[in-house]
Amino acid sequence: MERIPILKIGHNLLVSIQVDMHDQLALNLQDDLANAIARHHARGVIIDITALDIVDSFIGRTLAAIAKVARIMDCRTVIVGMRPAVAITLVELGMTLPGIQTALDLEKGMQLLAAPAERHRAPRPAADERLHRR
Amino acid sequence: MNGSTVADRIAIATEPDIVAARSAARRHAEILRFSVVDTTRLITAVSEIARNTLIHGGGGSMTIVPVSRPPHAGLKIVFRDEGPGIADIAQAMRDGFSTARSLGMGLGGAQRLVSEFEITSTPGRGTTVTLIHWKRT
Repeated sequence: MERIPILKIGHNLLVSIQVDMHDQLALNLQDDLANAIARHHARGVIIDITALDIVDSFIGRTLAAIAKVARIMDCRTVIVGMRPAVAITLVELGMTLPGIQTALDLEKGMQLLAAPAERHRAPRPAADERLHRR
Repeated sequence: MNGSTVADRIAIATEPDIVAARSAARRHAEILRFSVVDTTRLITAVSEIARNTLIHGGGGSMTIVPVSRPPHAGLKIVFRDEGPGIADIAQAMRDGFSTARSLGMGLGGAQRLVSEFEITSTPGRGTTVTLIHWKRT
């Protein structure tokens, strides 16, 4: 059966989607990643979607499900490389992928996973606070 | 697959056919030189409706025809199935409504992505979804 390769880099798993995914392929990826997280004790998953020219509601829902499953397995997920046109279309479609962490590219995604999780959950200083300091 | 601007018909009977439908729409959008964002909108809408045709309609077909309303050029894409039909179209168009494995934003979401959208359905006879996307000038 057709499968998307999952690479292990340190404590993280890397998936680079290079094909136009049909629905079953996306569902296979969801299962394979959950198994790979358990097998490798992975702390993070990076999914590179640079090559995807669309993310429809099915792919979006699958990405959200992958992140949810990973989270309850104590593993963080970062989606990297979303094209601007894909982001615009997703929002117009009505999907904002709540709960999914994103980074602009692979390097920033790796940095995000290398940083302690707490740092990203802490609220940032309010905008007006920063303005006052100017 | 010859890059001409004549009509193209794709059968939608299996999941990989959804990918084929997207590819055909992409090819036609590229011939008309749609912008990247408009191409993405169109292909995404096609993906949603093709999945709807397969899952809810039990399969069917997609036809792509270049259309023109000078000075505008566009694509008209028609999805037909002979499935159970939709009893309450307004309900089916609403975000969050779903009877199958989708997020329930397929139809309503697709409508927001394209220039024109029409759906007709006869319970027991099938559903036809027509979308037109005009190139922005």
